[in-house]
Amino acid sequence: MSPIKAESKPEAFAAQEYQAGFVTDIESDTLPPGLNEDVIRHISARKEEPQWLLDWRLEAFRHWQTMSEPTWATVDYPPIDYQSISYFSAPKSPDNAPKSLDEVDPKLLETYAKLGIPLREQEMLAGVAVDAVFDSVSVATTFKGKLKEAGVIFCPISEAVRDYPELVQKYLGTVVPQGDNFYAALNSAVFTDGSFVYIPKGVRCPMELSTYFRINASNTGQFERTLIIADEKSYVSYLEGCTAPSRDENQLHAAVVELITLEDAQIKYSTVQNWYPGDENGVGGIYNFVTKRGDCRGDRSKISWTQVETGSAITWKYPSCILRGNDSVGEFYSVALTKMRQQADTGTKMTHLGKNTRSTIVSKGIAAGHGNQSYRGLVSIGKDAAGARNFTQCDSLLIGDKCGAHTFPYVVVKNPTAIMEHEATTSKIGEDQLFYCLSRGISEEDAVNMIVNGFCKDVFNQLPMEFAVEANRLMEVSLEGAVG
Amino acid sequence: MLKIENLHASVDGKKILKGINLAIGAGEVHAIMGPNGSGKSTLSNIIAGRDGYEVTEGSITFKGQNLLTMAPEERAWEGVFLAFQYPVEIPGVNNTYLLKAGVNAKRKHRGQEELDAMDFMQIVKEKAKLVELDPSFLSRGVNEGFSGGEKKRNEIFQMAVLEPELALLDETDSGLDIDALRIVAHGVNKLRSAERSIIMITHYQRLLDYIQPDVVHVLADGKILKTGDAKLALELEERGYDWVREEAAA
Repeated sequence: MSPIKAESKPEAFAAQEYQAGFVTDIESDTLPPGLNEDVIRHISARKEEPQWLLDWRLEAFRHWQTMSEPTWATVDYPPIDYQSISYFSAPKSPDNAPKSLDEVDPKLLETYAKLGIPLREQEMLAGVAVDAVFDSVSVATTFKGKLKEAGVIFCPISEAVRDYPELVQKYLGTVVPQGDNFYAALNSAVFTDGSFVYIPKGVRCPMELSTYFRINASNTGQFERTLIIADEKSYVSYLEGCTAPSRDENQLHAAVVELITLEDAQIKYSTVQNWYPGDENGVGGIYNFVTKRGDCRGDRSKISWTQVETGSAITWKYPSCILRGNDSVGEFYSVALTKMRQQADTGTKMTHLGKNTRSTIVSKGIAAGHGNQSYRGLVSIGKDAAGARNFTQCDSLLIGDKCGAHTFPYVVVKNPTAIMEHEATTSKIGEDQLFYCLSRGISEEDAVNMIVNGFCKDVFNQLPMEFAVEANRLMEVSLEGAVG
Repeated sequence: MLKIENLHASVDGKKILKGINLAIGAGEVHAIMGPNGSGKSTLSNIIAGRDGYEVTEGSITFKGQNLLTMAPEERAWEGVFLAFQYPVEIPGVNNTYLLKAGVNAKRKHRGQEELDAMDFMQIVKEKAKLVELDPSFLSRGVNEGFSGGEKKRNEIFQMAVLEPELALLDETDSGLDIDALRIVAHGVNKLRSAERSIIMITHYQRLLDYIQPDVVHVLADGKILKTGDAKLALELEERGYDWVREEAAA
């Protein structure tokens, strides 16, 4: 999950929070449910934002009011009352938080134990009111020092608005415009949290950046906004999320992530998403409606998305690439697992605009229990995109006979020189494969894990080392009880 | 070692085995021959514990235990091994990883310490030589992209690593050219021991030229019609199966 030893994280965390001034500021301040222009003005004022950003938010809000929720995805959920949500809430008061792990759902603890999460970290994830007196701040300090030396900017987006307004203003909303879609518009109007990353020209970011180390990272925002810019000839690998299941009070999540690569730059963005999926009957669970898009603006630039999606009740997510620069490269590697009553409609868009642009899509869907999922992808080759190439592979694996997997690949080609390849398979975990493993002395559960992890291997191979190991374990824990 | 008594079994309501009696002592090699559709593979699948077969009558005991009530993996832990007629491909699952999981599950069951990666690699490399399996196959996906012959060699390699007490070789010779057959047979011969019983299921005598069986059975129409020594196989090669049927009917 992170490049630094797990034991060190809580310390780093606590230190960061302690330094973050505005956390204490907002603690007493929670807005009543409802969304109107006053709420947006309030959010903007609380965050001491410049006028241009307030105007930008208001524009988004006015646009949002004219839009309706998309219904084309193969997901099913009761209507959301957007006026019943509080759009600015202080962190949960420690008074209501569990006092120790003894008060936390044992099932959750069991999962943490299986994932091998250290005790301190378990407390944080479960929202235990940890007494933030830790003895070491060295990890965070070293980390920040190294980045500063390299000239890398990595901070909360609200801090970036304050400290680097020109950069934010120049790039915010240029990949995902305010009115891009219903959820993106909502996010643009009310986002309060998120990361900002800027990698200067020619810099290879000296470490993998993880949301784990960001100030305030413990509270994943309901409307997160992330903006990453890789300037010419730079490189960064960004890790989002955590294999540990995290609880969240907010049912609706509508994040926006924008990536921009200039000439010869490269961004590798890896996600492990394991939010609360709801119970066996589909009660509770996070609605994850995310807009993620990268813009390969410069020639020979590259954006690579890798995602492992095992959590949330509903996932609606299509990390995409606009291949604008000539010879630019877009990649999408995805593993999505749905079990119980989970639903996922996920995939990607590869928009080829530049010459000799290349894209690769590898999507692995696994459905178990009553899980339902769809791969939805659009590869479009513009009329000027001579020599564009796409390779798409979508495989689905079904476990049991009550789950479903669907594939919706769309292709639009406006240039005759394009080369498109598409492979798709749907298979059930074979009786033959299972029996083969059993006959070698491997238990059914281990056999299923092995077969599923083998199925996902092409995607896991794309993950940074630490994530890859955890992803394997995550699949095993997620599949527990899914067979039989 | 293995005792089968009056075994009746059916698949989808169709009777396949109609009263099999078979006793195999420790260290013995038995060949079961017979025409297509006689129930040879059904027999080996039932011994290994595959789903989809209904045993309607009779019993199978292995080392004095009732085998039929055990799950397939438990049978493996007790020392049963099936070399598949058609080994399946499991993409992305490392061949060595699968074997290590199998070996360690068995060791755990027997109260032995699990082998670590280094010790295990040592064993695996040695055993690979036995069937002249190229080391590159060890790190490939299970049977992924293997040729027919390579798959069969891989089965015998797995047998060597898992060290079973009862090995069922289901048409291990089919699909092998003569050189591959010699290599596989050589491997099996090396694995013969006083503690290990082997059942070879085959259509053809030629495998038996390389692996000398102690006993040869003829299985036809769901029954063992005749039992003899290695000479019986030669006779079958020469005369086919019909005379055995006629003799049994008489």
